[in-house]
Amino acid sequence: MLNSPFQPMHIPDGFLSAVVSLVLWMISVPLIGYALKRVGQDLGERQVPVMGVLAAAIFAGQMLNFSVTGGTSGHLLGAALATMLLGPWAAVVVLTTVVSIQALIFQDGGLLALGPNLFNMALVGVAVAHFVYSSIRRLAPAKPAGLFIGGVLAAWTSIVIASLACALELVLSGTSPANLAIPAMAGIHMLIGLGEAAITLGAIAFLYTARHDVLQPNGAAQRGSVAVWVGGAAISAALAILSPLASAHPDGLEWVARQQGFLKAARHPIYQLIPDYVLPGIPNDALATILAGIIGALLVFGTALGVAYARRSNTNR
Amino acid sequence: MHHSIEIESLSFCYPDGHAALEDISLRIAPGEKVALVGPNGAGKSTLILHLNGILTGTGRVTVSGLPVQPPNLGRVRAAVGMVFQNPEDQLFSPTVYDDVAFGPIYQGFPADKVEERVRAALASVGMGGYARRVSHHLSMGEKKSIAIATVLSMEPEVLVLDEPTAGLDPRARRTLINRLQELPMTMLVSSHDLAMVREAFPRVLIMDQGRIVADGQSAELLADEALLHAHGLELM
Amino acid sequence: MHIHFLDPYRPLRSPVHELDARVKFVLTLAFIVTCSLTPVAAWPAYVLLGAIVLSVEILSGLGVTYVLKRAALALPFALAAFPVIFTAEGRELFSISMGALSLQATVEGLERFASIVLKSWLSVQAAIVMAASSPFPELLQAMRAVGVPRMLVAMFGLMWRYLFVLVDEALRLMRARAARSGHASEPGARPGGSALWRARVAGGMAGSLLLRAFERSERIYAAMLARGYDGETRSLPLARISFTARLILIAGLVLLLVLLLLGTAFGA
Repeated sequence: MLNSPFQPMHIPDGFLSAVVSLVLWMISVPLIGYALKRVGQDLGERQVPVMGVLAAAIFAGQMLNFSVTGGTSGHLLGAALATMLLGPWAAVVVLTTVVSIQALIFQDGGLLALGPNLFNMALVGVAVAHFVYSSIRRLAPAKPAGLFIGGVLAAWTSIVIASLACALELVLSGTSPANLAIPAMAGIHMLIGLGEAAITLGAIAFLYTARHDVLQPNGAAQRGSVAVWVGGAAISAALAILSPLASAHPDGLEWVARQQGFLKAARHPIYQLIPDYVLPGIPNDALATILAGIIGALLVFGTALGVAYARRSNTNR
Repeated sequence: MHHSIEIESLSFCYPDGHAALEDISLRIAPGEKVALVGPNGAGKSTLILHLNGILTGTGRVTVSGLPVQPPNLGRVRAAVGMVFQNPEDQLFSPTVYDDVAFGPIYQGFPADKVEERVRAALASVGMGGYARRVSHHLSMGEKKSIAIATVLSMEPEVLVLDEPTAGLDPRARRTLINRLQELPMTMLVSSHDLAMVREAFPRVLIMDQGRIVADGQSAELLADEALLHAHGLELM
Repeated sequence: MHIHFLDPYRPLRSPVHELDARVKFVLTLAFIVTCSLTPVAAWPAYVLLGAIVLSVEILSGLGVTYVLKRAALALPFALAAFPVIFTAEGRELFSISMGALSLQATVEGLERFASIVLKSWLSVQAAIVMAASSPFPELLQAMRAVGVPRMLVAMFGLMWRYLFVLVDEALRLMRARAARSGHASEPGARPGGSALWRARVAGGMAGSLLLRAFERSERIYAAMLARGYDGETRSLPLARISFTARLILIAGLVLLLVLLLLGTAFGA
């Protein structure tokens, strides 16, 4: 099946706790809303066609793979490339579009988990890429080498830092132990990041010769992205420092354990009313599961029969 | 009574300095069917883009009595239905209905009037049953017809088409030519398909290197082999 | 009608297909939230949730195998949760010793892992059914209905519209590359070039796609202008949701709430 290849940064539903998901939704929505407004100001009427078609191009670009060794292949996320070409705010909008459509149509990443995924890829990915790229360009403003080096480093760093955010979310949800998840995610993505950097380099090289002007986004896109630069710097620093600290805890943060204990304690008073054993000898849990199984089976078979009957009476007509 | 299209001394230079149009003047009366022919690079597409204000040059362009200038652009674009060469770029909405409804929606009509316009436009290009279809799945001929419907729904006074028969197989081409002949409004067509021009467009303008070098009856001009040859054209 | 291999929508006739996409969208989200909030080891709830999603799959005519096959693609991520079997505290199930490393699997850990896999597996099935039974233009309307900004919905629509076109372009580029990827039979020639070179070629293709996309977006913009576009996203008002659909929506939400309460009663 030629769907997008397995994307280790698109978190499916079920792996993040409701709390973590909600918090990240609440952070992402206003930021993306603001990015939309900024893009409206900077691009004006053009924004819908440009953002939409570029998002499609980035998605299509993610299908372009190249074989690294034997079976594995590298491919592109595109946050860095989008940031270089469009400036940070437009890149946020484009990546939002890509990640959302991936979740909605292709189930690449969950729907509830879309908030966190947008945070990691469209926000953190872009902010870090912008931070690295614009810093390097500022160091060597006139030299084309700055463009290439900046692009490559931005690509690699954005992938790695975004993966750290991803790992931290999994840890905070109690899904993965910190001392495994963080190094594993970081390690894998340091390798994947090399692929991203290489493809980004190839894309920049092509665009540099074909349409030089495209690589100098107009002043409007770069202006006022100081906020993004600061955000990118802050996130990179935070995650880079936090991650090794967190991975020192073998069973995840104590906060998580306390959270689960608290929930357990809150639940018991409500259900004191139900006796412990409804049927002698069979624990309530097992009884409930069996009952649920019976009801469920009835539901499924009933539906299957109903559908078969409807089909037969349709063909008989 | 105004001319459908009136251009006076239009000149245009691209930002890189290339002079695309030089001192173009022409008049097209309501109901006329005119073809614009010439070699690639003659400026046909550039000229067309001036008719609805996408490009602006020096000189005067008036459409349906309206000067093509910023305050009028909304009404101008409703008066001039422009169909571009590649229907892929023109069918940008999720469904056919959405694409054909786009024009009337932007004109500000209420939902039932939009529905009416869409139905009528699709019917006049013979695509009545296609409203719920997804543009991506259609054949080139179907896409070209729907692209025409997307501008017909605005009930324009003038229909401008850029290379309508390019890329069509003989059957689709025949269908398209027949449909164009059934439409009553003023028409300006830019085309390499001289056989179609001779059949369906009584008046022809020959362009070369940014200028209009001939303007007259198709039957006459297209029979003049020397003239055609001088401007890179050939009646195949 | 040629269906693009990427498009998950299967045009069939079924009660699920006919249901208003807005209702399907909200119910799918509610289902996923319910799965997410259902506590670890609340097996009765998981069983019933599974029965519900299975019944909907049957009702939709999509075929259970089709949905389960697509759902399996999301499962590799379960590897991320696998270690929790050994790191959660609780009653010991079994131990593994590999040299200096000794791992203790706990019941709680296994329950936690199983719950995560179930939540994920059930959620993705619900999402697949929604995507496969609703034409995308209707999903766009559903997004409008739940409050996604109109401009963003318009961009989604454009991305979807040109997705297939550009993916086909990307495939053509890859086919062209494959056609030129022959091996020389001379000794000493290293086929394939270096990995870095291959990455640069892929990058060039990506750059080419982006460039063509830019230029295409200019043409689309001109086409939009020609039809009166003024920068504001305008669309027709959404149709009213039918009474039946509203009934189904409420019934579905109530059912999910009941299951959630059931789950909290039986969770670990």
